[in-house]
Amino acid sequence: MEVPILKQGDFLIATVQAALTDADLLHFRAALIQQVVRCRSRGVVVDLTSLDVMDSFALRTLREIAQTIRLRGAETVIVGIQPEVAFAMVQLGLKLEDVTCALDLEEGLANLSYRSSSGA
Amino acid sequence: MKSVQLVESEISVPINSDQDIVAARQKGRLLAITLGFSSGDATLIATAISELARNIVTYAKPGKVVLTVIHNSGRPGIQLVAYDTGPGIPDVSQALRDGFSTSGSLGLGLPGVKRLVDEFEIVSELNHGTTVTAKKWRL
Repeated sequence: MEVPILKQGDFLIATVQAALTDADLLHFRAALIQQVVRCRSRGVVVDLTSLDVMDSFALRTLREIAQTIRLRGAETVIVGIQPEVAFAMVQLGLKLEDVTCALDLEEGLANLSYRSSSGA
Repeated sequence: MKSVQLVESEISVPINSDQDIVAARQKGRLLAITLGFSSGDATLIATAISELARNIVTYAKPGKVVLTVIHNSGRPGIQLVAYDTGPGIPDVSQALRDGFSTSGSLGLGLPGVKRLVDEFEIVSELNHGTTVTAKKWRL
């Protein structure tokens, strides 16, 4: 299942729409980083509203995406993690401490705009 | 009139690849919802299945995950059993410690899964395989 990546000005929006296998996640990681480079993006929002399970592999891949994009000089914001998914992540011991999270797409984009305008 | 729902009482999912991990956790979620588990608990069950199936794919494929409907004085539950015939775990108590991993992964698979469920047991025999049994009761 391919994750659609849309360009909106300086930012990219990636919306996970269905269950992703490990291979899908790795493909998504490569495609997103490639798009960040190609579009010279300043930030990326990854929308996980439709994600029903976050396991250790998905979390590790998301962290790798965020860290790689940061090294590229851009920022990543994860949005839309469902409360039940968040609770399961906490029970499992999964942490996303070094990655910015926001409520939804709108807040994610606002966060990126603020950070890119303040040069933070 | 109340409709009669037929619930398959045992579902076996072979685990060989990353696609099977997704199939197993989706079947687990569906079974949990059918049995009347809250969607939060169904998510915990699906997450536990994902981690157990992932251990099989990473360390000991092929294997299988068997989901069984169980009862305790009228209260339904789901039993998850993850079987593999892999190398076995040399030190089970060490594998159950947070932060321990042999494959460079995050190393919170087993202790994490234990926190997601109500009952948890591992039987492992070197060179023969590992069986992890987990149970989750409906509230």
